[in-house]
Amino acid sequence: MTSKDTPRHDALVADLKARFGARVLDVDRSFDDCAVVVAKDALHDVLAFLKSERRFNFLMDIAGVDCANLPTYRERFELVYVLYSSPDDLRVRVEIPVSELDMKVPTATDLWKSANWAEREAFEMFGFDFVGHPCLKRLLTHHEFVGHPLRKDYPIMGGQWCTSTSDMTEELNEPR
Amino acid sequence: MGIDQSLLPATKDEAGIVTTRLDEIVRWGRKNSLWPLPFGTACCAIEFMGVVSSKFDISRFGAELVRFSPRQSDMILVAGTINYKLAPVLKRIYDQIAEPKYVISMGACACSGGFYDNYATVQGIDQIIPVDVFIPGCPPRPEAILHAIIKLQERIDKEPVARRGQPRRHEVVEKFKDN
Repeated sequence: MTSKDTPRHDALVADLKARFGARVLDVDRSFDDCAVVVAKDALHDVLAFLKSERRFNFLMDIAGVDCANLPTYRERFELVYVLYSSPDDLRVRVEIPVSELDMKVPTATDLWKSANWAEREAFEMFGFDFVGHPCLKRLLTHHEFVGHPLRKDYPIMGGQWCTSTSDMTEELNEPR
Repeated sequence: MGIDQSLLPATKDEAGIVTTRLDEIVRWGRKNSLWPLPFGTACCAIEFMGVVSSKFDISRFGAELVRFSPRQSDMILVAGTINYKLAPVLKRIYDQIAEPKYVISMGACACSGGFYDNYATVQGIDQIIPVDVFIPGCPPRPEAILHAIIKLQERIDKEPVARRGQPRRHEVVEKFKDN
């Protein structure tokens, strides 16, 4: 099966491999999609390259994955950046393995503003530490919440009673 | 209320007198002028809009004057999912309603967490505030909401006028008390 995107994905993967060499760890082309697994230290370079030279102007989402209990995995966690190029109508995913011993990941907020809340969500749900993020605090859960609920070792029914309300002034005063 | 025929006006120019008991007329006033505060957080709130509108017409029961300030309402109608982040907000709004105040918990989510059986969702608002009437359903039909209001009116009719303000009924309410 091929789609209209397949040749363009082929070219993109060849570009990335030529430029980043062994730092491109793997390429997954299932379901006519294109997912590129890169090393963590190459992440920011790859994202900057895709944005500035391949016109991926929209960071759609950042998803965390807890790979514990999966049959095979590189590291405990994985981060998935879903990119879209509106001029070229093309999508690509960039994935990095992240060890639970070193959760530091360079921020993408300097490339896309949408990374701000996406990284805050990945931070609160999994505990990724985005280095350079302007305001890395909890987004969806309460600010008194302790722990990272989408980790597989977090109890699914582990609700936490929180008592205070927040006025969100810090968010309102964020530079835009 | 009892109406003494001998005290009714003989002609249309005379003023009449109705005798009653104080607690009865207070209850009559309370139950027929429930000003609801719709605490709508999900699809149940859409169903509430149907109840307020002409087809079902909640004003037939005196509860059409929807207020969005707790200072001006008698009854909070919690319609939708309440999560742990929202719980202190709901508690605070409930505290701001003046006595006498009544709570209707509308729909599966507000009553029990619904199918959100997880770390984020409060498993029933009765863990935070005392509920007078629960409405099952996902979402409930408009008739169910009207039924709940009738049930609440029956309850108001039976309770002592000074019931409200007694010690809070639920232990979790105590937990939030000093907040």
